[in-house]
Amino acid sequence: MPELTPVWTLVAYPVALGAFTFAAAAFDTGRPLSRVARLLVQQRRRTLLPDTLLVRVGVAGLLAAAVLAGIVLPLGDVPLLGLDVGIVWFNAMEVCVWGALWLTGWGVNSVPPLVGGYRFIAQGLAYELPHMFALITAGLGAGSLRMTDVVQAQQGLWFAVWMPAAFGVYLVSALAMAFWGPMSQPLGADIAGGVTSELAGADRLLFGIGRYALLSVVAAAAVPLFLGGGAGPWLPAWVWTVLKTAAVLAVLVWARHRFPAVRMDRFMQASWLVLIPVTLVQLLIVGIVVV
Amino acid sequence: MAVAFWILAVVAVAGGVAVFVVDSMARATFALLASLLAVGVTFLLIDLRYLGALIILMMVMEMLVMAVFMIMYMMNPAGLMPMKMVHNKTGAAVIAGTVFVLLASGAVLTRWPERRGTPPADPTHALGLAIMGPKMLVMMVIGVAILATMIASVVMATHRGRYGSAMPDRRRDGEGS
Repeated sequence: MPELTPVWTLVAYPVALGAFTFAAAAFDTGRPLSRVARLLVQQRRRTLLPDTLLVRVGVAGLLAAAVLAGIVLPLGDVPLLGLDVGIVWFNAMEVCVWGALWLTGWGVNSVPPLVGGYRFIAQGLAYELPHMFALITAGLGAGSLRMTDVVQAQQGLWFAVWMPAAFGVYLVSALAMAFWGPMSQPLGADIAGGVTSELAGADRLLFGIGRYALLSVVAAAAVPLFLGGGAGPWLPAWVWTVLKTAAVLAVLVWARHRFPAVRMDRFMQASWLVLIPVTLVQLLIVGIVVV
Repeated sequence: MAVAFWILAVVAVAGGVAVFVVDSMARATFALLASLLAVGVTFLLIDLRYLGALIILMMVMEMLVMAVFMIMYMMNPAGLMPMKMVHNKTGAAVIAGTVFVLLASGAVLTRWPERRGTPPADPTHALGLAIMGPKMLVMMVIGVAILATMIASVVMATHRGRYGSAMPDRRRDGEGS
């Protein structure tokens, strides 16, 4: 079994995730608390013949996937769950978002959410392979799939410095994974909000929390994978982890309105024809250097 | 451990039963996914963490792609109407019953060999050596061939998608939108 972790991580993880989720929401929407209050008193919207069970699973699943993906990320030095296959676990949990979005889109029995759900599957098929190769590159550089080993391997040089292509691809796939900014077409305005167009009240609130939590987790994962984890001068490890996560999150939030929307079929072509070869070459270079 | 195993076993079997009981394609797909995820978590229980995480990862992606294809090929629009999940009930029951009896009797009647050796310290490492060790060249060639096939088929499929060419073509600017 994975080694035991200190009890404080049980408290620190939800606090950190909650704080980053709130910060992302605050930067994105301006006044998150008033929005929360409004959504809490809002009525649920009823559609004709919805599959309520599947919608509930989908909406709750988004937050659950984000929380479960984050438990292998080191909070400073130790993660909540020190899994020896942490990278694979992170990947597996983050793929559950596909299911969450498709279920939400399907279950409400309405056209725009259905289109949005299918858009996310198409986007997922486009981003997932380059994303996996980027993750594997970090694992190969460290010779381990354990997140803390990946951090240890970056004592001398951050992976972002000597694997820039993998880092860049990770950031692009992070946008796609959290259906954020230019990759937010599953929630596109052209389909009236896509997956979320029929969500109201508590459902929309939970979905929104899940989405910001997911964005925080994909930003936080870049820190142990490519930015040296908690390494840094003077300050303790957890402060550096927080600072770096905040920096990546700020870049992702900033990117939201800076780039035009990307259509998923074009992204598919660009992703498979450019990003996959780029990550494979990066993987080859890292492989040669490591061996 | 034992409690967790039995819970997972019940979830796996119940998910499998639910596939045939529910009346919607989406519910059937996700019931099957729940069943497979329970199997994946069982692998985590017996310390095969890499395989467990991999099963979860692959099954989620696989069932989602399968949901897309199943619903795409169904006769009623998008599969939103309730439908029966079983066809040819008697034939299917006979075949399933026979296969179950064969497998179960095999499992019960076989003389299982005594365990030799101990589990390796790092099952992931041992698994990698077992699969890739002597067969490295074959696996590399097959891996590259599969990847090339996938990329080629996607390139051909996206040449002209639903919204026109994926990449803007200046020569045919006036055509379509």
